[in-house]
Amino acid sequence: MDIRSKVIEIIADQAIVEPSDLSDESTLESLGIDSLGLVESIFAIEEAFNIQIPFNANQPNESPFDISSVATIVQGIEQLIQEQA
Amino acid sequence: MKRVVITGAGTINSIGQDFPQTINSLREGRCGISALKFKDVERLSIKIGGQIHNFEPDRHFNRQQLSLYDRYTQLTLIAADEAITQSGLTFNGELAASTGVVLGTAGGGVSTWDDNYRAVYEEGKNRVHPFVVPKLMNNAAASHLSMKFNLKGPTFTVSSACASSNHAMAQAFQIVRSAQSPVMVTGGSESMMCFGGIKAWEGLRVMSKDACRPFSLNRNGMVQGEGAAIFVFEELEHAKRRGANIFCEVKGFAMSSDAADIVNPSKHGAARAISNALKDAQVNLEDVGYINAHGTGTTANDKTECAAVADVFGHHADKIMISSTKSMHGHIIGGTGAVELIACILALRDGVISPTIGYIEHDPECALDVVPNEARDAKVKLAISNAFAFGGLNAVLVLQKV
Repeated sequence: MDIRSKVIEIIADQAIVEPSDLSDESTLESLGIDSLGLVESIFAIEEAFNIQIPFNANQPNESPFDISSVATIVQGIEQLIQEQA
Repeated sequence: MKRVVITGAGTINSIGQDFPQTINSLREGRCGISALKFKDVERLSIKIGGQIHNFEPDRHFNRQQLSLYDRYTQLTLIAADEAITQSGLTFNGELAASTGVVLGTAGGGVSTWDDNYRAVYEEGKNRVHPFVVPKLMNNAAASHLSMKFNLKGPTFTVSSACASSNHAMAQAFQIVRSAQSPVMVTGGSESMMCFGGIKAWEGLRVMSKDACRPFSLNRNGMVQGEGAAIFVFEELEHAKRRGANIFCEVKGFAMSSDAADIVNPSKHGAARAISNALKDAQVNLEDVGYINAHGTGTTANDKTECAAVADVFGHHADKIMISSTKSMHGHIIGGTGAVELIACILALRDGVISPTIGYIEHDPECALDVVPNEARDAKVKLAISNAFAFGGLNAVLVLQKV
């Protein structure tokens, strides 16, 4: 499965919607994913791709990993896979 | 209703091996947070904590005891020894029959779980030590304490995450206030200082990698600590008759539930606990001079707590000193309210307000006098101690100078 499909699967699972309802522009906020859902999503992504995502819930905006939308997440994962490979 | 006073205090934590050392550290604003030392720490991303480093269990306990005492029980017994010795009480006859132990802990024997899961899962062993269950159970420390000092009254453990100690001390307070027993032993203990304990917290992404800086704009999360504090709660006349040394009076308490979110705190729940505690104590809110804050150093707690204090106290909030000693000893989870009660004793008995250390930058959402970085001399009549737990469970104690 490619990175994008897997991310969509994870996010859709958190938001309790069908993967087909998500697009690159879908944001976690618009999907109603709260702070706990966000942390769970990060965990699921780390597990799926065997990467470490730098993220502190106290400083969500200071993370170099942009978790706002499907597109930015995919981009972030690709970069981390390269860095942490 | 009986009046309740504290006539014994003992502790061990990362800023003090006993009560006097802890009092000194609070005065000096000493930080007990340092690099964590235990197996597999290199696999953690959070590597700091308020760990007690210079503590050698085998100097305090024999081999048989150590096979039964998880670290949280060891810490409890050391603190209890100090508190009960200091109180001058011995427990025989009627006093022994009525006196019990109410202890707060969130995790109980976390290291015992961790060690034995490691043995069966990682090392593939198919056999564990026969005492694993009595060692890890959440009431082990309370039970060992009762056995050691012959305390045969109501004895149990209260577990409400980070509010465990305050909930526990509130129960002990009620037992003495309602004349069920003239004496109760109470407090809290916690030690999650092991790979699994810290790894679990790491998962929540609320931990700081560098320091606990409550109320400071640049704060970036909580830092875990470990320790225990035990107190002797005694009915005032009982204490006076025997000429006991009195630290302060326990005046009232209240508990509330946010009934809202499993991790995010609510201003309303916190405010209800504070204002109901003041009502229970039948005191004027203008007489409150010091608040020992829950002050975890997370974004969410500190601003919510400050808003709750501002709501309850109105204009008087500007005159109150509020500090978080978690900046020094870390967040001792289920034992934290007990260790923090020492800062209230220091304020009431000695007129010294413990500082919030590590404070760098003013946060407009925490616009109260947080006693930054240095202790302050101030005469205080009333102090309150806040504990607001995950799960939205709040417990606030009111203490008065004697």
